[in-house]
Amino acid sequence: MTMEQRNEAKQGVPMLRLKGVRKSFDGTEVLHGVDLSVDAGEVVAILGPSGSGKTTLLRCANFLERADAGTLELAGERHDLATTRPREMADVRRRTGFVFQGYNLFRNRTVLGNVCEGLVTARKMPRAQAEERAHACLRRVGMDDRCDAYPVQLSGGQQQRVAIARAMATDPEIIYFDEPTSALDPELTGEVLAAMRQLAEDGMTMLVVTHEMAFARDVADRVVFMEDGRVVTEAPAREFFERPANDRIRAFLRMAGGTTA
Amino acid sequence: MSERVLGILADSFTKILIPGLTATIPLAVISFVLALIIATAVALVQYVRVPVLTQLARFYVWIVRGTPLLVQLYVVFYGLPDFGIVLDPFPSAIIVFSLNTGAYAAETIRGALEGVPAGQLEAGYCVGMSFLQVMRRIVMPQALRTAFPALSNELISLVKDTSLAANITVLEMLMATQQIVSRTYEALPLYLEVGVIYLLFSTVLTWLQGVGERWLAARGMERG
Repeated sequence: MTMEQRNEAKQGVPMLRLKGVRKSFDGTEVLHGVDLSVDAGEVVAILGPSGSGKTTLLRCANFLERADAGTLELAGERHDLATTRPREMADVRRRTGFVFQGYNLFRNRTVLGNVCEGLVTARKMPRAQAEERAHACLRRVGMDDRCDAYPVQLSGGQQQRVAIARAMATDPEIIYFDEPTSALDPELTGEVLAAMRQLAEDGMTMLVVTHEMAFARDVADRVVFMEDGRVVTEAPAREFFERPANDRIRAFLRMAGGTTA
Repeated sequence: MSERVLGILADSFTKILIPGLTATIPLAVISFVLALIIATAVALVQYVRVPVLTQLARFYVWIVRGTPLLVQLYVVFYGLPDFGIVLDPFPSAIIVFSLNTGAYAAETIRGALEGVPAGQLEAGYCVGMSFLQVMRRIVMPQALRTAFPALSNELISLVKDTSLAANITVLEMLMATQQIVSRTYEALPLYLEVGVIYLLFSTVLTWLQGVGERWLAARGMERG
């Protein structure tokens, strides 16, 4: 997809819309009613200091945490985050992808097996067709030559690329990334970010919690800045970095190395 | 060693081995299979933290691990008839051995399940799998790999513990030996003989454990 096509595809069609998401842990509210939307084909980066609720928001969106209140709209289909039944959760998850900070590859499956698992088990795709699709996804992240390896035989960066292939294999409507490079040695983050960049250029809708300022600036269309369980600012990525909305964000960017200003 | 003793040993060998094959082994195998079923259920209940059932599971493990196996055999075989529950020796032994081994194996399996990083369960959910699918295909195979050596231990212990069933009149190897000793008064050679037969059984099981571990490893479960 060219840049023009991609921009055309994302003419304000909301793929994901989160509304009023609230979540408490042990009586302490960590999300105070968060609204966030991502258009089709858009890449949104969620930035913010540690403990601002970024990861919790992402986990609530995929029911890994049970939100206390709030709604999720996925491609126009509405779900109540607080009351969704397991069957409905599985249905939503089949249409989304999730990339974890710690990769979470299935250790008893090969690289190929990791990518096939969801296709074969959850989607009942015939094995041969699943493998064909898995090989295609692994080629996209440059991991097809290691398709017979087990996760423990791979570096962190390689494991994360496999995890990205696993997330995209199911042809999701959106992929959530939860600090995908935070567990990696600095020299390994590049290959993972390159795979994500490729995915973005292919037009995938992505919601990315990250500390990688360069990625947010260069790849994301829009930046959502969270602090203390609230969305403080959102802005087009370039504007966010070039004309920070306030001193708080300027300070954050200075600390995070996002700008030298 | 006198010719008489050698004669007794030769003569008694099959007399001890046959109850071994008809009582000791079936007792151990049937009890162990039942124990694994009990243990898996008890471990899963705790892994998922099912309310009430978790407390019941803890209570069961507490009682069974905290009392001697021989006492449990006596309670079931000699005690339950007071409540009108009269069981034959063999079924009594099966019940006690499976509940006893089940409690220990439950702890082994629970530990193995909790040793599988929880992130894989979440990853399974995120590719659209159900809890049961992730458990069956991802978590349990890895837990089995971890639990396998300890479970093998429990099976070997169980084979030897079946000798306690002699106390509730199950005609297994030890009782068969005791009967021959009471006729011949050759305690040392005969008890050594039955000891050797137990050792043979355990050796076969140890070998099978090795085969099992290699099989699991070949399925990619040994790595990590």
